Amino acid sequence: MNDVVRNKKLSIICFSGSFDKLVAAFTLATGAAAVNYEVHIFFTFWGLNAIKNDKGRHFIGKGALAKIFNFLMGGINNVPLSRLNFFGISPKLMNRMMKKSNVATLKELIEAAIALNINLYSCEMSMNILGIKKEDFIPEIKEVIGVPRFLEYSAGGERIFI
Amino acid sequence: MNTYKLDITEEHCPMTFVKTKLELTKLNPGEILEVLLKEGEPLDNVPKSSEEQGFEIVEISHVENDIYKVIIKK
Repeated sequence: MNDVVRNKKLSIICFSGSFDKLVAAFTLATGAAAVNYEVHIFFTFWGLNAIKNDKGRHFIGKGALAKIFNFLMGGINNVPLSRLNFFGISPKLMNRMMKKSNVATLKELIEAAIALNINLYSCEMSMNILGIKKEDFIPEIKEVIGVPRFLEYSAGGERIFI
Repeated sequence: MNTYKLDITEEHCPMTFVKTKLELTKLNPGEILEVLLKEGEPLDNVPKSSEEQGFEIVEISHVENDIYKVIIKK
């Protein structure tokens, strides 16, 4: 086995919490990690819904408003399609079409991201607004960070905002 | 020395690379992974990215129709 040179880096700011954009984010991330990129994903605002422990709608968070907001946003099972959502029917249909075409589903992509040890972070500021804690996220979230730390981790690589 | 087999002929990007990478991480140095894949993007890129990651491409052979076998050594 030759020496492995690992100098490529991809950092994704995952702001969107819509099904199709999350598929795009996780496809890029897992594809990059599979070809030996160092990959970081920084989940902020709507993107946090993808990494909640509770996959459905739950009243989590500190304070009544935060609880209502988190219930309305839901978890990974509630993420809408960014267009033609049709009250949540479309993501389910899309999922079925992806399975039928042997394309990885969002759930499989997230599992792959975890298996590939992709660095996952949550945004401290958004968590404050929504009254949620690190314990409300999947255990694979490595760290709660802010902008300076994200810039530090992503320095020298490519940065993408989704 | 063990030889492992992986069939990614029904997979699409990025799972072609993801499954190969995850399988390769399970191998011990010197062990072999035989990957069945389709021509096009998987055939163009699985050997290339495996080499970039320090694995050795022992052989690429045509199996049938659009299916190829790539033998990778860790």
